[in-house]
Amino acid sequence: MDDHRQIELVVTPDPYVTVRYAGASGDFNPIHIDEEYARAAGLEGRILHGLWTMAQVARAAVQGAEVATPEDGYALKSLSVQFRGMGKLFGDVVVRGAAEADGVVKLDATQGETRLIRNARALIH
Amino acid sequence: MLNSERIGHEYPPLVYAVGREKIREYAAAVGDTEPLYTDLDAARAAGFADLVAPPMFAVVYAGGGLEQGLFDPQLGIDFQRVVHGAQEFSWPGPAVVAGDEITSVFSVGEIRETAGLVFYEFGSRSVNQAGATVCEGKWTIIVR
Repeated sequence: MDDHRQIELVVTPDPYVTVRYAGASGDFNPIHIDEEYARAAGLEGRILHGLWTMAQVARAAVQGAEVATPEDGYALKSLSVQFRGMGKLFGDVVVRGAAEADGVVKLDATQGETRLIRNARALIH
Repeated sequence: MLNSERIGHEYPPLVYAVGREKIREYAAAVGDTEPLYTDLDAARAAGFADLVAPPMFAVVYAGGGLEQGLFDPQLGIDFQRVVHGAQEFSWPGPAVVAGDEITSVFSVGEIRETAGLVFYEFGSRSVNQAGATVCEGKWTIIVR
């Protein structure tokens, strides 16, 4: 993959994305799926799952690449992230990244002014 | 009341059978339309036995293990105050495909307190039915 490749992935959540992700992932923490619970917890409303946002970073990191082969497994060899602000169920989630040397890709994910994931580092082979 | 004696403790293994429709459900939930994850013919044409699970599907086959730590009475974590601080995965082995049986073991890693926050790190190692390590994870939980 060419070095210095610039990455951008824009994902628009819909009001039920956390419900689908809860079912798919098994993470039914009510803070993601129950508006009243989330408000009682002091939030404006339900929040995105951090691991859903990390999945968007994982997708973005291998954009345009063959994601897996039987011989070499996944193109994405590792991914580490730090979670920061809480994601809302409206407003585009934007993943931006840049490929560096030796398969390293550095990324972050934002939603408006909120930084959802910072210092993400992926290794692609 | 940090229980540092719990560091290194391993929880009982969890076995997860990877299903084709579960992979499709997960891919749909994260909005990923990659054919290897959704189109059986495409996956087979690429040489895989069945649909490929996205790498982050690790949260499905291994994620249940985190609850062993979060609800470990020896750790006494207040679930209401938990936030997910950081996450690391590596995928050193073959891609996970439908039909695989994945065994994951969670362990208690570092526990530390900084500025009123307690950081718990849990490690996970997942192996497939052939004994190959398919994913290793480090799950950092912060208790506010």
